[in-house]
Amino acid sequence: MSAALALAAPRRVRAIPGFGLAFGITLAWLSVIVLVPLAALAIRPWELGPLGVWDSLTEPRVLASLRLSFGAALLAAAIDLPLGLLLAWAIVRLRFPGRALLDAAIDLPFALPTAVAGIALTAILAPNGWLGAPLAAAFGWKVAFTPWGVVAALVFVGLPFVTRTVEPVLRDLGAEAEEAAATLGATRPQVLARVVLPALLPALLSGFGLAFARAVGEYGSVIFIAGNMPMVSEIAPLLIVVRLEQFDYAGAAAIGLAMLLLSFPVLLALNLWQRALRRGRA
Amino acid sequence: MPRPSLARRALLAAPLLPLARAARAQAPRELLNVSYDPTREFYREYNAGFAKSWQAGSGQPLRVSTSHGGSGRQARSVIDGLPADVVTLALAYDVDAIAGRGLIARDWMGRLPHNSAPYTSTIVLLVRAGNPKGIRDWGDLARPGIAVITPNPKTSGGARWNYLAAWAWALRQPGGSDATAGEYLGRVFRNVPVLDTGARGSTTSFAQRGQGDVLLAWENEAHLALQEFREAKLGIVYPPLSILAEPSVAVVDQNVDRRGTRAAAEAYLRGLYAPEGQALAAKHFYRPRDAALLAANAARFPAMDLVTVDAAFGGWGQAQRSHFNDGGSFDRLYRPGR
Amino acid sequence: MTPRPAIDPPRWLHLALGGLALLVGLLLLGLPLAAVFTEALRRGWEVASAAIAEPDTLAAIRLTLLVAAIAVPLNTIGGLAAAWCIAKHEFPGRRLLTALIELPFSVSPVIAGLVFVLIFGMQGWLGPSLREHGIQVVFALPGLVLATLFVTFPFVARTVLPLMQEQGRAEEEAAATLGATGWQSFRRVTLPNVKWALLSGVLLCNARAMGEFGAVSVVSGHIRGQTNTMPLHVEILYNEYQFAAAFAVAALLALLGLVTLAAKAVLQRLTGRATGPAP
Repeated sequence: MSAALALAAPRRVRAIPGFGLAFGITLAWLSVIVLVPLAALAIRPWELGPLGVWDSLTEPRVLASLRLSFGAALLAAAIDLPLGLLLAWAIVRLRFPGRALLDAAIDLPFALPTAVAGIALTAILAPNGWLGAPLAAAFGWKVAFTPWGVVAALVFVGLPFVTRTVEPVLRDLGAEAEEAAATLGATRPQVLARVVLPALLPALLSGFGLAFARAVGEYGSVIFIAGNMPMVSEIAPLLIVVRLEQFDYAGAAAIGLAMLLLSFPVLLALNLWQRALRRGRA
Repeated sequence: MPRPSLARRALLAAPLLPLARAARAQAPRELLNVSYDPTREFYREYNAGFAKSWQAGSGQPLRVSTSHGGSGRQARSVIDGLPADVVTLALAYDVDAIAGRGLIARDWMGRLPHNSAPYTSTIVLLVRAGNPKGIRDWGDLARPGIAVITPNPKTSGGARWNYLAAWAWALRQPGGSDATAGEYLGRVFRNVPVLDTGARGSTTSFAQRGQGDVLLAWENEAHLALQEFREAKLGIVYPPLSILAEPSVAVVDQNVDRRGTRAAAEAYLRGLYAPEGQALAAKHFYRPRDAALLAANAARFPAMDLVTVDAAFGGWGQAQRSHFNDGGSFDRLYRPGR
Repeated sequence: MTPRPAIDPPRWLHLALGGLALLVGLLLLGLPLAAVFTEALRRGWEVASAAIAEPDTLAAIRLTLLVAAIAVPLNTIGGLAAAWCIAKHEFPGRRLLTALIELPFSVSPVIAGLVFVLIFGMQGWLGPSLREHGIQVVFALPGLVLATLFVTFPFVARTVLPLMQEQGRAEEEAAATLGATGWQSFRRVTLPNVKWALLSGVLLCNARAMGEFGAVSVVSGHIRGQTNTMPLHVEILYNEYQFAAAFAVAALLALLGLVTLAAKAVLQRLTGRATGPAP
């Protein structure tokens, strides 16, 4: 929305002063905390030589872990979409006792240390846990110590990203557009499909992207619940740790760099899609 | 408007500097012992006693801090600059790695008695109340239907001992060879449902989450688990053959010389060999080197046939290369299609 | 604050969806929280409070608050400056800058810690020369602060930027016409307009700074009473089989988080206005 508005606003009239200082701070802050450290990450793997990097990344165990990390992150972000939308909608549009509590609780995955989240989720979903036991008894499902445990942990850490990106847009949307559409004789499903969802789509995409990005790299909450079986439930960040245990800094940095480069196209595609949507609506 | 002064910009970047200075190497009357996971309880008690006797002997107050974690990660932290005065790690390989970067003299192993391992341990089998699956020996771990809990040898020093103990057993079987041992361990690891990253994680999975029928554990960890999870009524099975685990200790030369703590650090390690240190080790279920003390505790430390890494695997460097590094025998267990 | 749409869904659907939302919230958010508090109080209130009053725990609490107290203001200043540059000025590379600010979200926490070891560790670029000057960065407070800065980097900028963009530049341009300096127009015009979004960003940044585990774990060194933050202390207690104590500290952390979140909710209600999107 905001970008659409910014695009629609009259192109610059005159410069606002003070750019120099602010830009200086921005660049210094960005360089010290993000760019220089990531440069270290980008340079370190090449000690192995290009072939060495290729070999260290195409090992079956590494490939399997990348598949799991990216697959589980995409799946978790996709599950977060309807759940996050539902929660955002409930907070904005519904009045019910406990709404404020729900509103506050949504940020919980941000506030809870990931290791604690991991231990708590494992305690709940383990075959002898509060949810794990009934699930195993009723359906024979096993969640903890399988790839599904990874997905469950990632759904948890990603949820607030979707809710918190969609919520302000939903608030902003108000009821006017929907009412107008209804006045024009649209049925409820038509309003949903033609008015509400298109307006929400950019925010949903952005929330999906953030939840996905956070989930791909997640370590603390996953490690307790995954089971960590090579080729099955071993996530890529764990392999980074494994490489470090062998004092293989370059190999560890190689996986880190690969993860960063692999998530980039996904995020870029989401970004472009979002921009196309905004252009289309502007 | 006036240009923002350089001073103002510097002011914004300044807060990190005093921090860095405040974190300068601490005063020399502190000793940092960087250790691995299962030694927490033992060193907590030993540190208190040592600080007292050091103050009595030298008149200087001394504070001993410890850091615990996976043995390999701890070695890496020391290499990366964690200012350890002494390291007390799970395996000689990790101390060798630090020595390889020049922080410890290469001949560290010969500087203290018994290969610089003041106490030993071994790997035992921890089973559920009453041993319902009848697990007696290493061979039982490969039986179908047995769920085995062990940490990941890639991330846990203890898990490497577990792995080598099982491998050594398989080699000793009639017709045993590297091929049969690899095949046997393949069957064992197909019985493993969870690979935690550390020994303590595995104990929790086994005792608290109810995973698995048998846990491969350090002897002292198994005893600790019996105490901590009393209501689970776990039992220890001593297999006739296991491995002699020699946790290594060393003074980190570069750090003690820089910090001026060599005297205290060396006394700290020598104290582990003294009668009080040995008694404390035995109390925490480490097998003491002191033969008389070991004999007096024979009931707590049943006699087992213990093979050494040097004899069975040609030393830790060799064992690490052929079993645990990328492409080693452990990786081959998980090759797709197996 | 939210007009009820005239084409409200039928009442049964309304109720069903509300119930579903509550159920999702309960299962996904309430259950883990309940698990933390149940475990914390399993051995009784005394064990839990004794665990928190222990000197090493107090040291961990102090360290966590100190790290957050340094990292959050720094990221607030940087985030505000960046958002202001992007929203209120034209310059080449604006989109690139926006993308770079979000980058730390897609970096694994393990890597976030590792990069600082690669730079400041003894095997890294600057470690040896820093040691000559007796400066310890990794395995000490500065390393913890840097790792925390990295993982909480985007929060403030991400929360403030959309709102700044939406508000456009007209007011600041008017102020400039009236002769205001950049600082004056920022302080008098821009800042008041985004203060609630800023607050929300600062609180989220703070919550994450106190709870961060993965990145901090790599640069901490885990020295009891010295370089252990609260989340790391939780892990240590857990590994010592002091489950009740571990969860007591975890519960305290969750409470700290909930208090900041509640403060945010109260402020939002007091002002009765929506804030910008959280990251």
